[in-house]
Amino acid sequence: MHELPITQGILSVVVEAAQQANARQVLAIDIVIGELTSIVDDSVQFYFDILSQGTVAEGAALHFHREPATASCQDCGHTFAVSPPLFVECPQCQSTLIRVTGGNEFCVQSIEVDNES
Amino acid sequence: MNRKIPVVKEILGANDQVAAENRRAFEETGVLAVNLMASPGAGKTSLILATAGRLPDSIRPGVIEGDIASSIDADTIAAHGIPVVQINTGGACHLDAPMIRSALPHLDLRAIDILFIENVGNLICPADFALGSRLNVVLASVAEGHDKPYKYPGIFTVADVVLLNKADLMAVFEFDLDSFRRGVTMLRPQAPIFVLSCRSGEGVDSWVQWLIAQR
Ligand SMILES: Nc1nc2c(ncn2[C@@H]2O[C@H](COP(=O)(O)OP(=O)(O)OP(=O)(O)O)[C@@H](O)[C@H]2O)c(=O)[nH]1
Ligand SMILES: [Mg+2]
Ligand SMILES: [Zn+2]
Repeated sequence: MHELPITQGILSVVVEAAQQANARQVLAIDIVIGELTSIVDDSVQFYFDILSQGTVAEGAALHFHREPATASCQDCGHTFAVSPPLFVECPQCQSTLIRVTGGNEFCVQSIEVDNES
Repeated sequence: MNRKIPVVKEILGANDQVAAENRRAFEETGVLAVNLMASPGAGKTSLILATAGRLPDSIRPGVIEGDIASSIDADTIAAHGIPVVQINTGGACHLDAPMIRSALPHLDLRAIDILFIENVGNLICPADFALGSRLNVVLASVAEGHDKPYKYPGIFTVADVVLLNKADLMAVFEFDLDSFRRGVTMLRPQAPIFVLSCRSGEGVDSWVQWLIAQR
């Protein structure tokens, strides 16, 4: 729902990293997004195409990597990946005593640049 | 030549930095800042009033109201004699740390002991934007149904305490309290859960005692 500020965040991280690397152009951006965040990939790309105009990152492709959340069963210890809605029970013992961790990641992991000048 | 450069930087790092500044401002002035997050109409303003009304005189409340457009809530708070600053988010679906920073000069932090920040009514976006508060309070209400932790897990994963308001409506909505508790605990085992009603007052005292003990 707040893809605009998210996209601004991505752009400023990327532009800074590109400058440090003396890049001429950013070709691709790898983004890690946790499964429990509420980011819609397509709208981020949409905003990015507009915001990045005239910057070193214009035209870059955004690659989203969804990081699953992990559930662990409190009864039998089994761990498994989950995504919302989280009406989960343990696939091994059907317990509903579950703990969910992770899934909140939100970072730019790497950029691919062209640094011939 | 193309090459890949590792970056590994938080997308909202700029917000997090301002949040850290806000947090320092609160710590230096001895303010316990509380970020109150909930759906529209869950009872955020009611909770602030019910809580402030139960604080001993020695603990002075203050409020930052985040509202998309109106000043209805801020006017209500001001009518109770509580210092309040209204932030107009201009349509944004959440408060962010720079908005809080720009509100701070309008409050006398040294005259406030607990600062309630009423976030924009929304169970999704506020979870991602740290404000610099020491406590994140997620307020659910019976009328929304017991499945909220399962459908909106993100916000519960950042909660330091979860309140369930409108307990007076439990029977009307056939609310499954066990399922609600299980959902919260699944995401945030360390967060205490208080069941209360701002209408009848039941359960509010235990929450207020817990809150005072966090100072
Ligand atoms: N039955 C019942 N109604 C409540 C309770 N607490 C609040 N309400 C009612 O719920 C409605 C919304 O309450 P508010 O306190 O304005 O909720 P809010 O979350 O601040 O709403 P917004 O700021 O508009 O998002 C009002 O009509 C309140 O009287 C409660 O414990 N029980
Ligand atoms: Mg309100
Ligand atoms: Zn199991």
